[in-house]
This record gives sequence, C-alpha cells and structure tokens, in this order.
Amino acid sequence: MNDDATQPIVRMQALNKHFGNLHVLKDIDLEIVPGEVVVVIGASGSGKSTLIRCINGLEEYQLGKLEVDGSQLLPFGKSNRALQRIRTEVGMVFQQFNLFPHLSVVDNITLAPMKVRGWSRADALETANRLLERVGITDQAHKYPAQLSGGQQQRVALARALAMEPRLMLFDEPTSALDPEMIGEVLDAMRELAKEGMTMVIVTHEMGFAREVADRVIFIHQGEITEQGEPESLFDNPQHERTQSFLSRVLTH
Amino acid sequence: MEITFQFDWAAAFGSIPHLLPGVPWTLLISFGGLAIGFFIGILFGLLRISPLRWLRWPAIVYVEVFRGTPILVQVLFIFYGLPQLLGSPINALTAGIAAIAVNSGAYISEIVRGGVQSIERGQREASLSLGLSRSQAFRYVIWPQAFRRMIPPLGNQGIISIKDTSLFSVIGVGELVRQGQIYIATTFTALEVYFMVALMYLVITWTLSILLRQLERRGLAGQ
Repeated sequence: MNDDATQPIVRMQALNKHFGNLHVLKDIDLEIVPGEVVVVIGASGSGKSTLIRCINGLEEYQLGKLEVDGSQLLPFGKSNRALQRIRTEVGMVFQQFNLFPHLSVVDNITLAPMKVRGWSRADALETANRLLERVGITDQAHKYPAQLSGGQQQRVALARALAMEPRLMLFDEPTSALDPEMIGEVLDAMRELAKEGMTMVIVTHEMGFAREVADRVIFIHQGEITEQGEPESLFDNPQHERTQSFLSRVLTH
Repeated sequence: MEITFQFDWAAAFGSIPHLLPGVPWTLLISFGGLAIGFFIGILFGLLRISPLRWLRWPAIVYVEVFRGTPILVQVLFIFYGLPQLLGSPINALTAGIAAIAVNSGAYISEIVRGGVQSIERGQREASLSLGLSRSQAFRYVIWPQAFRRMIPPLGNQGIISIKDTSLFSVIGVGELVRQGQIYIATTFTALEVYFMVALMYLVITWTLSILLRQLERRGLAGQ
C-alpha cells in the first residue's frame, strides 16, 4: 500500500501495554523503514516479544499510536479489517515454529496463499517449491512437520511466512527452541533474506548474528527502550549502565 | 443334596433367532441418537468456548442438566412426562433416540470443548499471522486437529450410549434386552439368554472399537 521507500513501514508512538497490573511496554517510540533489519535484545520478561507481537496485533495495546504498512492498528484490538490486511502483509516466525502438524510441508505453505490471497493451487505450489528450495528443504515437501528436525521445521515455517510475500517479517526468538547444531542453518536462511532487502524485526539472543546482520539494535529493559543504535556502537560502546550489565552477562558466558 | 448347575448351550443358541430382531432397534436408537447427539455436542461445545458470555451460559446449563441427571430418568421423563405437556403421545423409539441424543450431546459437547481447547495457542497465532480470518483458522487449522484428538473419547461415548439403550426396555421399545425378557418369560432360561444378550452387545461394541482404532490410526498417520 505504501510504496514510498522513505516512509516508515512501522510507526509506534508512545505505545503502552498493560497485562493486568503489569506495565509491559512503556511509551515505546519506534519507526522502522523498508529494508531495515532491526534486532531487539533484552532479558527475558523485558517486553521484547510483546513489542513485536503488537506489530501484527497478536497482542493488543491500550495507549498510544501504531501504524503498520500505512494502516492504523487501533488500541484494545479494535480494528478487524485493517488488522487482517496488516497480517497478510506482515509475516511471522515463532520460537516454537507453530507449523500445522496435520498438514504436509507443502500444504503448510500453500494454505494461506490459497485461502487468503486466492491463488490457484498450481501457483501456490510453484511458490512453495521455489521457497522450499531457497530455504534448503528439498525432497521433503510431502513429509509432515513431525518427520523433520527442528531446524528444518523452522525453515519450513520461514518459507510458509514468505509465501504470503510479506513486506515485513517478524522473528520471535526463532532459534531459541533449537538444538545448538541446528541454529546455524536457520540463521543462514535469515541472513540470506536480510541480504535480499527484506525488512525484518528480530528478537534474538544470538548476539553474533545481531552484530552481523542488524542495521540497528534496540535494547529493551523493563518495557522501555533503554538504548538503540548501530550494532558496533551498541555492542562495543554501550552508553547506558543497564545495557552494559546486560551485555556483560550475555557476552561472557 | 447336591445342586448341579448346567449351562444349556442348546437353549443359548436357540435364543438367537428370538434376540436378533432386537439388534436393529438397538443399533437404530444408538446411532440415531448419537448422530443427533454429535450435532448437539458440536453446537453446545462451541458455544461453551464462545467469547460471549450469553452464548456460553445456555451451553453450561445444558451440560449440567443432562450430564447431572440419570439417563433412565431422562427417558421416562420424555416418554411419560412430555406427552402430558404436549397432549400427544411420543412413541418409544422416538423417546429412546431423543434420550440418547440429549444425553450423549451433553457429554460430546464437553469432548468438543476439551478437544478444541487442547490445541496449542500457537496454532491459532500462526494462522492469524498468515492473514487467515478467525473462522478460517478454526476451519482449516484448529478443528481438523481437535477432531483427531476427539476420536478416542467419542468412541468411548459411542460405546457407553450403545449400552445405555438397554435401559430403554422399561419403555417397551423392542431392543435387545426387551427381546430377551420376552423370550425368557416363556422359556425361563435367564442364564443362557442374558448370556447371549451380553454377547451380542459385546459384538456390537467390539466392532465399533475396531473400526475406531482403524480410524484413529489412519488419522494419526501423518503425525
């Protein structure tokens, strides 16, 4: 909808979210421009997952302003039509993969393009096969998710999201549930995607990966953006004491 | 004096032709009632998990009432009680089917609710994140998975309902037990006849078990 490359694809203004008495997000201001790769870091419970889940409306917020791909996302989850439109343009990869276990790999990928975009089965299949090849899953199209390794499942989940041809991809700790030897293959696929110019917002604990692919790193502490900047400056020369102590904990273990 | 008890195999086998006419009645009441109960169960099971309180409420009341009262009382109420209210009699077959329907419906709605609620939240979130509407997410993602998980408890309920139809001999519907009672009244071979009646129930329920196990195996093949 929004073709002007300089216009932000995500625009958050003074966004606030509460879970009951818990103030999860506090006055978040955030703009993301097309092509940008933003990595969000912070301790568990800091609100980083909640932040990106607000972008596609999986979490509702109460106060502030949120615009995604030119559409307003209203507070309290009120905005059904815009919400569904936004979700068709914003892909998401989850920590637990969330593949559909009753559908084969290829059916996982073709479901949304056929039901939401109205593509023919042939078109959807062609896209699915192209994407599977791109994420390095070949000859497994007719297997079921449970027959694949965790790393393969997550790459299928990535292909499933990409099949909708999203303008923005959200990653919610995509490698946290993986065995160590499978993390690399998922990060490689994401690295490729970043190189091709996809706009990405990534919540991760992989600091090496963040340093390498991020255009901007955001550090969140207790629901607030404490510090943000280019990876070199944030990792090598953090200004804020909270950032320093967080980084010293995650980088030295 | 020594009492010797003899199981008269000839009497047992001889009762078969007199019992067999009960089988179609038993099957008709069971499966007729279960088919209706299945639709009632889906309807009330889904109402029960609706976000709207005024839709949940009737479902809760329905389940509590029909799960909390004996099926024998339910069928007596329908067969003897309702006609007084309606002013016209209800035939025994209809009463039997209705009793199985409302009774199994209550249990099945709990099975449906449990099945749907057992699907991980991430399945719905992944569906919505792909742009599927809530009803598409339910139809293509949640329900097919929930239904597979519902098969074993549904089979259980089917077997329970088949056996429950034996109670309907009290309203005179000519199912298996009733046929046995009629036959025993002339031959006094209670041991042999009830043995054969039990065996026939076992054949019916066993067949159902085997069919369900196959259905389950086929359903789970991909997972």
